[in-house]
Amino acid sequence: MNKKDIFLGLIIAVSLALLISPFVSPWPDGLEKVAGDKGFAAKATNTGFTAPIRDYLWPGFKNEKLATSLAGAVGTLFVFTVGYALALLLRKKNK
Amino acid sequence: MHIPDGFLSTGTWVSTWLISIGGISYCLKKTTQILKDRMIPLMGVMSAFIFAGQMLNFPVIGGTSGHLLGGVLASVLLGPYAAAVVLTCVLTVQCLIFQDGGLTALGANILNMSLIATIGGYFIYKAIAKIGGKKKGIIPAVFVAAWFSVVLSAISCAIELAISGTSPLKIVLAVMAGVHALIGIGEGIITSLVIGFVQKVRPDLIYTLEKN
Repeated sequence: MNKKDIFLGLIIAVSLALLISPFVSPWPDGLEKVAGDKGFAAKATNTGFTAPIRDYLWPGFKNEKLATSLAGAVGTLFVFTVGYALALLLRKKNK
Repeated sequence: MHIPDGFLSTGTWVSTWLISIGGISYCLKKTTQILKDRMIPLMGVMSAFIFAGQMLNFPVIGGTSGHLLGGVLASVLLGPYAAAVVLTCVLTVQCLIFQDGGLTALGANILNMSLIATIGGYFIYKAIAKIGGKKKGIIPAVFVAAWFSVVLSAISCAIELAISGTSPLKIVLAVMAGVHALIGIGEGIITSLVIGFVQKVRPDLIYTLEKN
């Protein structure tokens, strides 16, 4: 992968998060649906840990679509950095 | 399929954490051995792709949605071990930054999605691709493996829920496998389309089957 490929791949990934994520199906996913139907959804608890960007909504935005869009785009770039950095670290270990 | 906190008993989340730590340590070791310079940016880009893909819920049936898991997508390009590392990065960021999937349940989520779906899915893909041979190409194998990856992951999740006493096995197994058999079709379609596209534009990015 050269710089152009990386850039292109990132543009596609960020665009998906930025432009499509606010308009996806709002229905519960497979496990959430099963938990609701079979009556164990209420067992979900909070360990006291609170993540900075809960439920993929950037805090402080009234417009949920914008909040999702921003959280998605930032998250995509962040996870790219994490994956890339970890790969670099593993590569270094082998040298 | 991200399990939240509270669904798993202490015994279950502790043991799935231990299995996952062992599994991922092995994957990190294997990845270090096989990692080529050209795979480094691909690991970053795949992480980004899978994170974004997992945000895109598509409707399936009866008020249920599904989204890409990405295990087979990553493993067809990166091989099973680097792909499992990528999925683990995604799951960890989702848990710690976005509160998607519980902190105690992260071990089980890594087991179901990074280890079972990604590594299991890879070996299914490899086996079918070999039977099909060069003539049929890899796409049918990619589709079937992607479907299985989601269903196997759901079965593993159902077993964990049953062991935890959250829901009886015969109920939760049937409904989890049933709904994910549908979601798996979406996984198969998306994974085949993306791999088909990569095969056309950058066939060199596909992980060579002979390596593992």
